[in-house]
Amino acid sequence: MTINAKNMTDTEFFYGNKGCAGCGGSLAVRIALKVLGERSIAVLPAGCMSAVGFNFPQLCFGNNAIISTFAGTASMLTGIAAGLRAQGITDFQAVGFAGDGGTADIGLQALSGAIDRNDDLLYICYDNEAYMNTGIQKSSLTPYGAKTTTTPAGSHIRGNLRPKKNLFEIVAAHGIPYAATASIGYLPDFMAKVEKAAKIQGTKYIHVMAPCPTGWGIATDATIDAAREMVDCGLWYLAEYENGEYHLNRKPQNFSDISTYLKSQGRFRHLTEADIAAITEVRDKKWESIEKNFLFK
Amino acid sequence: MNHTKTKKAFLSGNEAFAEGIRLARPQVISAYPITPQTLVVERLSEMVEDQSLAAEFIHVESEHSALSCAMGASAVGARAFTATSSQGLLYMAECLTYASGGRFPIVMMNANRATALPWNIYGDQRDSLSLLDCGWIQAYAENAQESLDLALMSYYIAEHPKVATPFMVNLDGFVLTHTYEVVHIPEQAQADAFLPPYTTENKLDFASPRNLGFSVGPELNDGFKYKEHLGMMAAKDVITEAEEKFAAIFGRTYPGLIETYETEDADYILITLGTIAGQVKDVVEGLRAKGEKVGMIRIRYMRPFPNEEIASAVKGAKAIGVLEKDISFGNEGTVYTNVNSALQKAGVSLPTANYIGGLGGKNISPHEIEEIFHALKKNESQVRFLGLEEV
Repeated sequence: MTINAKNMTDTEFFYGNKGCAGCGGSLAVRIALKVLGERSIAVLPAGCMSAVGFNFPQLCFGNNAIISTFAGTASMLTGIAAGLRAQGITDFQAVGFAGDGGTADIGLQALSGAIDRNDDLLYICYDNEAYMNTGIQKSSLTPYGAKTTTTPAGSHIRGNLRPKKNLFEIVAAHGIPYAATASIGYLPDFMAKVEKAAKIQGTKYIHVMAPCPTGWGIATDATIDAAREMVDCGLWYLAEYENGEYHLNRKPQNFSDISTYLKSQGRFRHLTEADIAAITEVRDKKWESIEKNFLFK
Repeated sequence: MNHTKTKKAFLSGNEAFAEGIRLARPQVISAYPITPQTLVVERLSEMVEDQSLAAEFIHVESEHSALSCAMGASAVGARAFTATSSQGLLYMAECLTYASGGRFPIVMMNANRATALPWNIYGDQRDSLSLLDCGWIQAYAENAQESLDLALMSYYIAEHPKVATPFMVNLDGFVLTHTYEVVHIPEQAQADAFLPPYTTENKLDFASPRNLGFSVGPELNDGFKYKEHLGMMAAKDVITEAEEKFAAIFGRTYPGLIETYETEDADYILITLGTIAGQVKDVVEGLRAKGEKVGMIRIRYMRPFPNEEIASAVKGAKAIGVLEKDISFGNEGTVYTNVNSALQKAGVSLPTANYIGGLGGKNISPHEIEEIFHALKKNESQVRFLGLEEV
């Protein structure tokens, strides 16, 4: 049965947290746990979701959940899965929720190790494109041009000068059983991917784009719009990697206006027309590669 | 000793420890290779292969992940084991306080080895002694038999509900990890009679879901740390309990937090830890034969620290020395600091001298130990690097 908004459980597994208004990451965690259900064990490293959800005695997870070390999301998931297996328990889902820094920077080694061992776990990276919990510092998933508190936009340096690391394809290059990109702007797609991943044996990875109003400089009611707009303008794409093949899930006929997306966010407000042209060129190159290498039904 | 139910084998310290771990039936083993620890995890992986040990063996990609994985296993109520050494121990240091704060009774073998720089793979104790404050029980073995026996006893002590504290068993790199001795290996049935399966309330549980590893703010934080301290302190009694039960089942006795050797009427006592104790005993024996009233204390547990035990054992002495393979730069050896604190608290006022030796695996000769005993007669408090001129 496909889980959708109509038949989704009313049970809340991530409830009463102190996330910022309009938090995209908390929506991703809340929805994923509704799909995965009560037999899921969540591991969250240091980061936004652990900071807002685990403040003793206000503990916000209705299912089993634990904070791992910052670098140790995947390795703790491995231990949980192994420890339960050793006790003959097999009907559970070990799921990690780590941010972009916790995944693409400090947690990448452990994630790579888990995929290499094909440990039976689902790793969900909620990507808000910077270290938001510590106050909006650059991560390797911060996009080109974005202003953060460690990549200030001034007259000498205009924000982050490096492109966003392509973690989806880095993960896929391990030959992982299942990897996907998603966005909280397209929740049914995200939910379907979580549900599908949960049924696959081995390591699964979902990279869900989850805007952060605080860090992106958008209104607290603009989170979903920003997430959708990012996909519609082609700066993010919805795809899957399975059986050695890339599949594109959504192919925009015409991209929406990239400058509308960029200029609606405080972090990009300093960008010049030339900057936007450079970003557009990189987007178009990426889509050339997607059209060449990704299957689309 | 009751050896009717044991078999004898010629084993290195690493191999003896692996045998002890096999008998303890860990459910998850996660390890990353580092010299001189490798043999213990190689043996354990062979035991998993030949099915003499039913454990999940996880080939992690770093020491940080080794302990993080062990914490995950422990957090669902599984018995977990890992082993490391030196740089590996330092690399996983973040996870040390995490495991103790989470009250996960993981057992880890540490092959004591020098820390870089300069690189050196040989034995000293700076790796583990620099991490005394991480909330782990720390034991130091003298020989291969004690290594095997500590592997079994460590789980009993760590997992005791009053303790719930991770346990680091230290074996001197090469001198113990790679030296072969005759070791008695108990039967599995004996080990099972000694060590029950791990049960705990402190775990993620589907019947009653929990949130673990949480944050605690300034108002309540000290309460958690105080309980952690009490857990470690409770280990003192549980060590005694474990050793009594161990003696009853296996016929081998152990003396608790410290081992004393010829200390009762001794004027001069040398305190040390690890394998060098064997050589100190030989020197004590030789000096005793010449009529000199000397003795030795081997510290078996650095945490919980044997404050009262040491103070009580040395109170009749004229001076004591502390010989250790460690230096806290800018001060003195850490064992010496701890010993002096024990004496001061107990109101025992004695000249104490600190001898730093064996760094990077440098040999400590019987002659040098004899020299230490002679120097103690000067009744001077001092810190000296063994064999080096004062600068």
